[in-house]
Amino acid sequence: MISDKFYKYLGISGSSFLCIMGGAILIIVASNTLLNSDHPLHVSSYVVTLLGKYLCYAILAISIDLVWGYCGVLSLGHGAFFALGGYAMGMHLMREIGPRGVYGNPVLPDFMVFLNWKELPWYWYGFDMFWFAILMAVVAPALLAYIFGWLAFRSRVTGVYLSIMTQALTFALLLAFYRNDMGFGGNNGLTDFKDVLGFNIQENRTRLVLFVISGLVLMITFMFSKILVDSKYGKALIAIRDSESRVRFLGYRVEHYKLFIWTLSAGLAGIAGALYVPQVGIINPSEFSPANSIEAVLWVAVGGRGTLIGPVLGAILVNGSKTILTSAFPEVWLFTLGAIFIFVTIFLPKGIMGLFNRSNRKSNASGISKIAGLRKIFIFDGKKDG
Amino acid sequence: MADRKDTVLYLDNISVSFDGFKAINHLSLYITRGELRAIIGPNGAGKTTMMDIITGKTKPDTGTLLFNGNIDLKKLDEVSIAELGIGRKFQKPTIFENQTVYDNILLSLDNPRGVIANLGYVTTKSTSDKIDELLEIIRLTKYKNLEGSNLSHGQKQWLEIGMLLAQDPDVLLVDEPAAGMTDAETADTAKLLINIAKTKSVIVVEHDMEFIRALNSKVTVLHEGAVLAEGSLDQVSKNQEVIDVYLGR
Ligand SMILES: Nc1ncnc2c1ncn2[C@@H]1O[C@H](COP(=O)(O)OP(=O)(O)OP(=O)(O)O)[C@@H](O)[C@H]1O
Ligand SMILES: [Mg+2]
Repeated sequence: MISDKFYKYLGISGSSFLCIMGGAILIIVASNTLLNSDHPLHVSSYVVTLLGKYLCYAILAISIDLVWGYCGVLSLGHGAFFALGGYAMGMHLMREIGPRGVYGNPVLPDFMVFLNWKELPWYWYGFDMFWFAILMAVVAPALLAYIFGWLAFRSRVTGVYLSIMTQALTFALLLAFYRNDMGFGGNNGLTDFKDVLGFNIQENRTRLVLFVISGLVLMITFMFSKILVDSKYGKALIAIRDSESRVRFLGYRVEHYKLFIWTLSAGLAGIAGALYVPQVGIINPSEFSPANSIEAVLWVAVGGRGTLIGPVLGAILVNGSKTILTSAFPEVWLFTLGAIFIFVTIFLPKGIMGLFNRSNRKSNASGISKIAGLRKIFIFDGKKDG
Repeated sequence: MADRKDTVLYLDNISVSFDGFKAINHLSLYITRGELRAIIGPNGAGKTTMMDIITGKTKPDTGTLLFNGNIDLKKLDEVSIAELGIGRKFQKPTIFENQTVYDNILLSLDNPRGVIANLGYVTTKSTSDKIDELLEIIRLTKYKNLEGSNLSHGQKQWLEIGMLLAQDPDVLLVDEPAAGMTDAETADTAKLLINIAKTKSVIVVEHDMEFIRALNSKVTVLHEGAVLAEGSLDQVSKNQEVIDVYLGR
C-alpha cells in the first residue's frame, strides 16, 4: 500500500502533518471557489494570495532549518538565495510581457528602454523560456552557495564568523542590485507582470493555482527533507552539528557534508523565491536586505529548529501575526518581533515544537542555563570534543 | 632507537609549544605493530597533546612523525589520518548526545564515508548484526534506542569504546577509558583492551594504576612533555625520578 510506504518514511507526525496541510489547502480552495463572497467562511482571493506567500516563506524556513537546525550552520543570508530565485522568475515574467509594456518594445523590458539600452544583456538570454527561468531559479542561488560554501567550509569558518559572512553576502547583493547598470531594474526591481504561462497573473483563478502549487511544493519539500534528514547522511549531519571534530576523527569529510546541504538549501530557497514573485507581483532589491534573512531565521527559531514541522509553523504563525499587527498597529511590529525573539530564546529554546517534545527538556530552570540557551540557540556551541 | 620498519607509530624528537609553553618537549616514542602500550604521567604531562599530534589535531613544531614507517602524518589532516586507520577515544567521552546508541555505532562503523554513499545508505542484515554484536560487547544492548545524552559517564565511556571498535582501526589511541567506571567495569575494560591488542596496536593513557597493572604491558612515563622512564610498571615505579614526579618534588 502506498499509504504504508508514506507512513514508513514520514512517521506519525510527518504523515499527520502532511494530511493536515493537504486538507487545509483543499478546504481553502473549496471555500474560495464554492462559497459566495458574502458567506462568513469564504476565503477571499486576497487571503489566498497572502497564504500562498506564507507557504513560500515556509519553504524558505525549511531550507534554513536544513542547514541551521540539522547542520549547525547559521545562515543570516538565506534571503539572498530566495531573492535570486525570485529575480530569475521575475526576469521570465518581464520577458513574458513582450510588446505590452509602456514602450511597446517586444524584447526589451521597459526599464531597459528607459535606460536607452539597445539590446538585451547576455544574461537575460533564455529567460523567455519558462523552464530555463525555473532552472536558473535553482542553479543561480545554488551555484553562488556552492562557491561561497566551498571557500568557507574548506577553511573551516564556523559559528558567528560564518553568519557574519552570510550577512555580508546578502548586503553586497543588495547594493549590487540597486544599481541600474546591473540590468535588473535597479531600485524599482522587476514588476508590472502581465501573465504567467499565458494566464493573467491578476486573475483569481491564476492566484488560486499559484497558491495550490506553493502548497504542493511545500509538501514535496517537507517529504524530501524528511527522507534526507532520516538517511545516514542526515545522521552524519546531526553528528556534525553536535560534535564537528568528532566526526572528522571518524574519517568523514565534514566540509563535503556541509557543502552538499548548503548548496541544496540555497537551491530550495531559490524555488521558494520563484514561487513567491508571481504571487506578490514584484521583486526588488529590498528582498536582499539583511533584516529579511534574520527575520526568516526567527521563524525557524519560533517554530523549533531541528524539526521540519517547526519551521513551517513558525513561518506561518510569525507572518500571520505580522500581517495582522502591521495593519492594526503598524508601529509596533518591530517591537513585537524583538519581544518574540527574546521570549523564544529564553523560554522556548526549542521553539513551539519543543512544547510537544518534553522528553529531553531539562534546561531553562536556572538563570545561567537561560543565558547559555541564548547563546546556544544561535550558535550550536556545544562542540565539546577533547 | 627502534627500527622504523616495525614501528606503527614513530615519534622522534617531537616538540610543540602553545604560546611559548612547551607542552611536548623533544618527545620520542616508538610503538611496534600489535603492541599494547600504557602511558602514565601527572596532569599536564602532555599525554592528550601527544594523541592530538598523532591524530592531526595539533601540528608539531619540529620532529618526525611516521605511520607504518613511511607515511608522514605531519602532512595529513584528521580525516586522512582516520582513513589510514588511526582511531581515537577522547579523554572527555565524546559521543553524539542527540542520537541513539545504535546510531552512534552506525555512524562509526567502517563503511564508506562519502556523501553520495551515505545518502543512499541502507542498513543490511550483516551491518545490524555487527552493531548488535558490538552493543553486546560494550553492554549497551538494553540502551540501543536511548539517546546518548541519557547515558551515565561510564556508559558513555563504553559507548565511545564501542565506536572505536566499530571504526575498526589498526591503531587505537585510548585516552583515560576507565574514568567514571566502577572497579568491575575498569577490570573488564582492561581485559577488552588486552584482547584488542592481540590484533591491533593500542596506546592507553590512564591514571588508574590498578588498571595499568591489569594491562600488564610496557609503560611509558611522560613528564613535562618528554619521556621520563620506560619499562614494566614495577620497573618504572621503582625509578627515583618517577617517584619524585608523582610526589610532586
Ligand atoms: N590547545 C592548547 N593551548 C594551550 N595550552 C595547551 C593546549 N593543549 C594543551 N595545553 C597545555 O599543555 C599541557 C599538556 O596538556 P595535556 O592535556 O596534554 O596533559 P595531559 O597529560 O593529558 O593531562 P591530564 O592527565 O590532566 O589529562 C597542559 O599544561 C595544557 O594546559
Ligand atoms: Mg589528558
